[in-house]
Amino acid sequence: MTPWVMLSPFIGAIAMLLTPSTQKDWIRRIAVGAASVSLAVAVWMFLNYDRSAGGYQFITEVPWIPALGVSFQAGVDGISVILTLLHAVCAFAGVLVSYSIKERVKEYFIFYLLLIAGVFGVFTSLDVFFFYFFYEMAVIPMFPLIGIWGSKDIKDYATMKLTLYLTAGAVLALIGLLALYFLTDLHTFNLIKLEEVLSHKPLPAEVQYWLFPFLLIGFGVIAPMWPFHSWSPIGHAAAPAPVSMLHAGVLMKLGSYAILRLGFGLLPQGAYAWMPLVAALCMMNILYGGLVALAQKDSKFMVGYSSSSHMGYVLLGIASMTPAAMNGAVLLMFAHGVMTALAFALIGHIYDQTHSRTLSDWGGLAQKIPFVSACFVIAAMASSGVPGFGNFVAEFLVMIGAWEPYPWHAVGAILGVVITATYMLGAIRTGFFGPLNPKWENLRDARTPFERLPYLFLIIVLLALGCWPGPFIDTIQTGTQTLLNRVGAAQTIAKAHKESTES
Amino acid sequence: MQLPSLAFLAWTILFAPLVSTLGILLVGLRRPKFSHSIAIASMVTGFLASVYLFIRLLGSPGSVGSQGHGEHPFLEHAISWISLHGLQLEVGVAIDPLSVLMSLVVTGVGSVIFIYSAGYMSEEPSYSRYFAGLSLFAFSMLGIVLANNLVMLFMFWELVGVSSYLLIGFWYQKPSAAEAGRKAFMVNRVADFGFMIGILMLWTVSGATGQERTFNFAELADRIHELAAAQALPYAALSFAGAFLFCGVVGKSAQFPLHVWLPDAMEGPTPVSALIHAATMVAAGVYLIGRCFFLYADLPDLLTLIAYVGGFTAIFTASIAIVQNDIKRILAYSTLSQLGYMVMALGLGGYSAGIFHLATHAFFKALLFLGAGCMIHALHTNDIWEMGGLIKSMKVTSWTFLIGTAALCGIWPLSGFWSKDEILALAFHQDKFLWAIGSLTAMMTAFYMGRLCFAAIFGKPRGHGHSQEAPAVMTGPLVFLAILSVIGGFLGIPRFIHHPRAMHVEFDLGVALISTLCAVIGLGSAWRLYGKPSDLPVRLRASFRWLYSLLANKYYVDEIYAWLIRNVHDRIARLCALFERYVIMRFCVNGIAVTTRAAGSVLRMIQTGKVQTYALALFAGLLLILSWMMVGIHP
Amino acid sequence: MITLNHYLIASGLLFAIGLVGVVSRRNTLMILLSVELMLNAANLSFVAFSRYLGHSTGQIFVFFIMLVAAAEVTVGLAILIVMARAVGKTDADALKSLRW
Repeated sequence: MTPWVMLSPFIGAIAMLLTPSTQKDWIRRIAVGAASVSLAVAVWMFLNYDRSAGGYQFITEVPWIPALGVSFQAGVDGISVILTLLHAVCAFAGVLVSYSIKERVKEYFIFYLLLIAGVFGVFTSLDVFFFYFFYEMAVIPMFPLIGIWGSKDIKDYATMKLTLYLTAGAVLALIGLLALYFLTDLHTFNLIKLEEVLSHKPLPAEVQYWLFPFLLIGFGVIAPMWPFHSWSPIGHAAAPAPVSMLHAGVLMKLGSYAILRLGFGLLPQGAYAWMPLVAALCMMNILYGGLVALAQKDSKFMVGYSSSSHMGYVLLGIASMTPAAMNGAVLLMFAHGVMTALAFALIGHIYDQTHSRTLSDWGGLAQKIPFVSACFVIAAMASSGVPGFGNFVAEFLVMIGAWEPYPWHAVGAILGVVITATYMLGAIRTGFFGPLNPKWENLRDARTPFERLPYLFLIIVLLALGCWPGPFIDTIQTGTQTLLNRVGAAQTIAKAHKESTES
Repeated sequence: MQLPSLAFLAWTILFAPLVSTLGILLVGLRRPKFSHSIAIASMVTGFLASVYLFIRLLGSPGSVGSQGHGEHPFLEHAISWISLHGLQLEVGVAIDPLSVLMSLVVTGVGSVIFIYSAGYMSEEPSYSRYFAGLSLFAFSMLGIVLANNLVMLFMFWELVGVSSYLLIGFWYQKPSAAEAGRKAFMVNRVADFGFMIGILMLWTVSGATGQERTFNFAELADRIHELAAAQALPYAALSFAGAFLFCGVVGKSAQFPLHVWLPDAMEGPTPVSALIHAATMVAAGVYLIGRCFFLYADLPDLLTLIAYVGGFTAIFTASIAIVQNDIKRILAYSTLSQLGYMVMALGLGGYSAGIFHLATHAFFKALLFLGAGCMIHALHTNDIWEMGGLIKSMKVTSWTFLIGTAALCGIWPLSGFWSKDEILALAFHQDKFLWAIGSLTAMMTAFYMGRLCFAAIFGKPRGHGHSQEAPAVMTGPLVFLAILSVIGGFLGIPRFIHHPRAMHVEFDLGVALISTLCAVIGLGSAWRLYGKPSDLPVRLRASFRWLYSLLANKYYVDEIYAWLIRNVHDRIARLCALFERYVIMRFCVNGIAVTTRAAGSVLRMIQTGKVQTYALALFAGLLLILSWMMVGIHP
Repeated sequence: MITLNHYLIASGLLFAIGLVGVVSRRNTLMILLSVELMLNAANLSFVAFSRYLGHSTGQIFVFFIMLVAAAEVTVGLAILIVMARAVGKTDADALKSLRW
């Protein structure tokens, strides 16, 4: 079942190749169809995931290069089933929002579906080789998507920066992964097998200590961990709305997911040793990112820096290594993904008509486009951590979880919420409230149910997450608990080893 | 009836307004009749349910805190919300005298104000949105009241902030309203920063007994008792936790120095000011102190601090009210001052006195705001000097307003007299200085309310527009609230609300006489100055010019904050942005790109294009490799 | 007695002379001649080794090299003529359009 989330957009892309580019409606329908199939499969997996059993489920395995131990293996655990669902949600909304793309529709949707397929591939593959393959496959369509359909003023710089940054990060990670492959001496890329062997016979502490930074920085670039974040706001700002939705909503979560899956899963002791540094860096994400967002005049840059600020909470949750914080981190990946997708979709709706991203240039939009404005207020509230939305639950869990190991960091995280509220409300105040800027007399609201569907869909997901997080947390817990146990076990083994060498 | 059905009633009180909000949002946005019907129906349902709970509570023997240490709720019903290793969060309702009284006040005053709104807002195009916001507020407020644990309380605490933001900014096209909404939300956010830390600290302390940590009020109370009994109370941690929790109170109940948002919040529709910014939401802070009294009762030093914050707020804001000209702002500063009273009462350990004043204040302050709303509605102005002579044209409004004023000033036998007197008597027995402050505040209160009444209600009609009595849908609520303001003192609230560890003093005739005397002096001097046309106010203003401008500018607190925000907060943000742009982007990131390019342009010098250079390099390389191999063979 | 070493030393000297010629001479014709010198140095050592080891492979190789050298000279001289026509000089330094 699992590969179908990824295959469906892939097949959709192939079908589009065979469709004449004049048939724009059919191309769009294929895209919606492909995204809906993925969404259906993702929801099905989420509902049918056996929470009491935990572990990897819905596994499909197809051998590929037996000599190197590479096989296509797909499956999900508690963490990735949630993130697959997130991606399915964002992709579905993103495809609907993509109706606003009017130029080179065919090429656009092919790249878009390839991007979707790549990200699904990362979340579902259980083979390090394919993990990396899909990771790169997700990065590459970003280049044409931003370079061709992006905002004219900044897209060249943004595309180059983003691609170079992410590729450089990927190469660093690749070094770490290859070293892992050779050092384990198992000649397999099979993640399940690797995890199983390494949990019984971990790599020496020294090796883990030196190997982990490769994965941390390599994947941290996309997370985006301070100070490697500067590709992301401009990338968000330059990309067309549906691409920003996936980019900020999902792509950034690949980094923290990879750190969890590969870093914590395979190098628990290395992770343990490096987490205090991550905790310190993510404070920079939260506070510094928030303050920079505060000083932005451009709405997309503001949401972009806000994203990097909020990803700091995810990293803090991971670094705290307590059940509450870890679950909060994964839940925040989900909640923030949905919220930020909503925000970018709404800004895109306005940008398509005004061709202006500057907040002070908007002014009083709520009178002209009440529906979009109301949705933006909701997105801003969700982002500011108002209860009722998933972000609050997640951030609250991160704070509680971080409170005991890192009390000062937790205080900083709480302060970050205040900063978020400052810029979010400021944006509403300047952009949407107050008297209407006469320039925008002819602005069009999202009127038809079909136009409103993506926004309402995302809002409902956010509310569901915030009001009844139980099922989500129960699912995530099965995944995070395994990782935490692994870190704990690694600590005991290391201690035992130390004692035996001392005596 | 069995207990589960009582729990069901409590849940009904909580969720009825939510149903109304969702109903309006889903189907009612273009159906004004439907909107106000469902909203009012939900509040009345809640009120009836609260009355029933109240009766049941009165009838049950253990309700008045006679058993155990009296901190266990009469009824608690919770469901698990998040369940993790080492962290259990639940959503639940707790029914005890405090929560029932509060829900009575919220749903009672709420119902009345909802009905009034149907008249007041009838010409508003976004009528349904208004009722959706109001219902959302009611839901959130009842959530605070009924919550059985700190986290749930915090969640609803934030939600009342949101609904208050939405309602203050109801007329969002007005820049002042949009700004006021943001200010209210932000000030509360800053306060909640402390509140959140307090919650986390208290959570840690709750693990000190060795049990799993908890947020549940009853369990927290138990554990603190247990620790206190074992002489193992972590006094410092607990004090900090209490102080941080109090930060939240300072924000929500608008105590000094975070009082600045409340006067601005008057930009919202007047019924909103009545319900949210006078009767209920701002009292949530006071309620929180009451709810956490088990904690504060063990921390006398902190209580003293709280009392002084309250006392200072009371006199500080009352003095500002004296020189305001906007009727809603006068009432807003009066609200601040009365909230200061309540906080002071709780700080003095007067649990029942504080909550008693909260209830009576809800009645008469809602009445005053609604009356002011009628006047504004009729005259289309907020300035008291453009009103006047309303006693003839708006009889019901004026008379009920006068009753409210008398209650606020503490005139016997109205409700305000009893509740205020209880606070003053408490202060008299504990802290004479606070008592003096309280009495002085009472005098100021009487003075500015007298000034307001003489200017707006008596005298000759000034200004433009002809005043006309409001329709029955608006005067009815006034009469109802006026009745409550009159009899509120005789309902037995202080006996119903009781905490075993609270201070309690008997009625003190001397204190009562002095405070009445203060009120009379205040009213008398107001009459002397404003009762009949005279130039005395102008002369006074001229001779105390500096004092007048200090008060008229609200002690420049707003200006100080604006300065701080402009010069500290904004500068830091801009500094970070500059750092981002120049250090990270230009220097580091683009720097790497520039370095790469520079390295390329240097290294390509090697490509001379001369065949012979290449040949030389080739041979040199060959030689090197060969010699290295030689060394390898014969080391 | 002339031993293998004598041949090898002679071959080495020849090679070195050719190398110095290739690197130091300006004139393309001289460079071409020097390359021939180096090739012949290699031929000499091939023949010497062939005699020393009593094996004919080395001598066969020399034929190959002579063939290749002939072809090379043909191509090289052709380039030289084209160059002389195009640039007017036979200086190797004149050909630097491939430089940065």
